[in-house]
Amino acid sequence: MNSIIPYLIVGAIVFVLGIFTIVYKKNAVGILMGIELVLNSVNINFIAFAKFVDTGIHGQIISIFVIILAAAEAAIALAIILNIYRMKATVDVTQLNKMKH
Amino acid sequence: MEMQEVLFYAIMAFTIFSAVIVAFANKLIHSAFALLFTFVGFAGLYIYLSADFLAVTQIIIYVGGILVLILFGVLMTQDIYDVKAIAAHNPLLLSLGGGAFTAIILAVLISKKPWFTLLNKEFEPTTATIGKLILYEYLLPFEIASILLLGALIGAVYLARAEDKDK
Repeated sequence: MNSIIPYLIVGAIVFVLGIFTIVYKKNAVGILMGIELVLNSVNINFIAFAKFVDTGIHGQIISIFVIILAAAEAAIALAIILNIYRMKATVDVTQLNKMKH
Repeated sequence: MEMQEVLFYAIMAFTIFSAVIVAFANKLIHSAFALLFTFVGFAGLYIYLSADFLAVTQIIIYVGGILVLILFGVLMTQDIYDVKAIAAHNPLLLSLGGGAFTAIILAVLISKKPWFTLLNKEFEPTTATIGKLILYEYLLPFEIASILLLGALIGAVYLARAEDKDK
């Protein structure tokens, strides 16, 4: 708790699970969940380094920007997924192999 | 062990366990609800890292915003009773290989000693500092982020609106 190592380990485990989720799921929304896991694990690394290494709290500012980007990305990705679903009636990414239908 | 420490490891285990459920659950809706608990667990860890403002931000934006969007996406885009579509995954071994590759790289990195633990700052409220930093040092990224959010808002509305070109 007073060392940086537990936080790095949590971050690493969740990062690995996020990468695994991105590869494992076929559903586009599932892939989006994996991306959220990855972004969260990056955030915890930034904040851990802000506490244990930095004299200021610049890491926390960076993670605020990461959260902003994650929100924008989730909104756009959901809009795209809804559009794909409307056109193709599926969100299975292995079935989507055409740029235009 | 102190009470605080016990609670810390409990939150850690809770976060990792729910992240495992996100990765391995067969039904997407179970993954989405496990993601909720992962986000809450991360907010708890942020409090231990004396990031009080970020913990609240995490709850508001991730749990209140992104997770609702994801749930919305899950419920809108799939027939939740269609069993075959729910259980469809890529090959497990291939995915585990990808995860293991990342895990090896990260394990090697983390086991390189020593990691800096130069400071162990006492807890102090961060909201005022964050506000000052955003309005002085990080003003340009802040403005760019606001333009990005505006663009994302307009783009999402444009993309998701109902098409009526066919009429």
